[in-house]
Amino acid sequence: MSNESIYLPRPATIKNITKFTESESLFELVMDDNRPLNHQPGQFVEVSIMGIGEAPISVSSSPTKKKSFEICVRAVGNVTRAMHRLKIGDKVGIRGPFGKGFDTEFLKGKDILFIAGGLGIAPLRSLINYVLDHRADYGRAIILYGCKAPHELLFREEVISWRKRKDIECHLTVDKVPEGEHWDHNVGVVTTLIPKIDFNPSTTYAVVCGPPIMYRFVIRTLKERGLAEDHIILSLERRMKCGVGKCGHCQINGIYVCQDGPVFNYSEIKDLPEAL
Amino acid sequence: MKLIKKDEFLNFVDSLIKIDPRRVIGVKSKGNKFIFDTLNSANELRLDYDVTILPPKKYFLPPTETLLKYDLTDKFSVEAVNEVTPLIIIGVHPYDLIALQQMDIVFRDTYQDHNYIRKREESILIGVNIQNVSPYSFAGSMGTATTEEGFDLMLTDLGDEYAIEIGSEKGEAILNKYAKIADADGDTINKVHDIKGKIASKFKKQLNFPPEELPKLLEENYDNELWEKNAQKCLSCGSCNLVCPTCYCFDVQDIVELNLRRGKRVRTWDGCLLEDFAKVATGENFREDRAARYRHRFMRKGKYLYDRFGFIACVGCGRCASACLPDIADPCKVFNALKEG
Repeated sequence: MSNESIYLPRPATIKNITKFTESESLFELVMDDNRPLNHQPGQFVEVSIMGIGEAPISVSSSPTKKKSFEICVRAVGNVTRAMHRLKIGDKVGIRGPFGKGFDTEFLKGKDILFIAGGLGIAPLRSLINYVLDHRADYGRAIILYGCKAPHELLFREEVISWRKRKDIECHLTVDKVPEGEHWDHNVGVVTTLIPKIDFNPSTTYAVVCGPPIMYRFVIRTLKERGLAEDHIILSLERRMKCGVGKCGHCQINGIYVCQDGPVFNYSEIKDLPEAL
Repeated sequence: MKLIKKDEFLNFVDSLIKIDPRRVIGVKSKGNKFIFDTLNSANELRLDYDVTILPPKKYFLPPTETLLKYDLTDKFSVEAVNEVTPLIIIGVHPYDLIALQQMDIVFRDTYQDHNYIRKREESILIGVNIQNVSPYSFAGSMGTATTEEGFDLMLTDLGDEYAIEIGSEKGEAILNKYAKIADADGDTINKVHDIKGKIASKFKKQLNFPPEELPKLLEENYDNELWEKNAQKCLSCGSCNLVCPTCYCFDVQDIVELNLRRGKRVRTWDGCLLEDFAKVATGENFREDRAARYRHRFMRKGKYLYDRFGFIACVGCGRCASACLPDIADPCKVFNALKEG
């Protein structure tokens, strides 16, 4: 039994920063011990900035990318705002990966309908890229990605490259197009894309991640399209302070998001009043 | 089982204090209440107490505990901190011993929390059977009024002497080394057995049904109007969390020295009744409703932790009931009211 503290972060160095929007950037990190993070798509890490604190952030890159990993950070709290002040070469602390990610084995051979709202694309991208790196193992890959306005689109270049690929389908939408912005795609919340696409409910699994408000509407629409409850997979956000099932903050009724999630099958949590 | 004369027991405690005064903790009086505190002399011990303001949890999960310290002048210089003072805690009641055993399970589950575990492993717990019952306590009906485990030594008051049950080799070792003891005869063993058998019936306050029914009762009453009705009086102060021997939730914060060079990461007690408990950085509060927070604590005690770990996480000490100003935190009252329907 190791006596190592479960609260001690390991150092990682910022290799690259890609600014997406005023408040969102992608940070590429390399563990200083050069060991791969060994995460599953959908897992999260606790990111430390010493002197500021720690925040749970989902890993945005696929584990097939071994030398480094990426996290997409929105500057919204103390830690994430401090993160945005860092430069290439600066160090952060990493604990994890923690939690239960997407079951990539189970999804093999299945059609996958990815539904992302806003920053929800960040955890989904780890699975999207995993599927693209093992393309032959999976059925159809359909991506529905919505955000508030065109200028809030994250991973823009990558999204454009997804749209160019013949082996995936990628549909975009924005809630509104503010004056002066250009947009060639759907306008409306991400739910409005669901009736427009064709999929086979018996072979398709929907993988959903977005702001809390989105889930209820997306789930209702998916069910209307004939998708069974256990064909819906969600990644949930909560206050995960310790990441290791101790501090109590992330509880949804009796379950711990940091241990039993953040990825859940909808059928597991649909009867938990605090879940959605 | 061993026997020790009361004056010899005090000598034993004084000799422990003499070896290392920082190490010996006992129950003392404070005003008309009782606390666990460092003993300066064995005479301060009040083994006839009813309940202490705070449970001995504070020695294993301190209200504020440093987890890491770091140097900000370096790019990344962080080290883990685990400050352990091996303690001898004298006078722990059975319900608090049971609560600590529950915490042991939590902090050992999956990810081993060595900040907690090492403090526990290096400590010695000397329990005492309950002599006076707190009017708020209902341990008798929770099966926590006595215990056969969780202690290193366990005392039972027999008038001029204490009977001592030995719970561990550690306990036996300090006894053999520092105390003048005799072996207990069959009569004494029977007497202790009788005393322990009668403790549960001394509690006036009782849960009106077996505690094993709690998980199902709570599940069935998730939408009971009692939560909303009681929560209207709730101050969201978290006092019930603070005094509870099985509440272990914590917050983690970074504290930087004024010179901005060095800092530490500390954990502090947190409480699920506090408004910001489930609030995330975006402002979303996943348990914003006061009644939902109020209900969560009872669900956790009687169902959630039971489902996860297999124990009812209320030991019936009654501390929350005595700490709650609007008088809505008493689990015995709440559980009985739910049962009555």
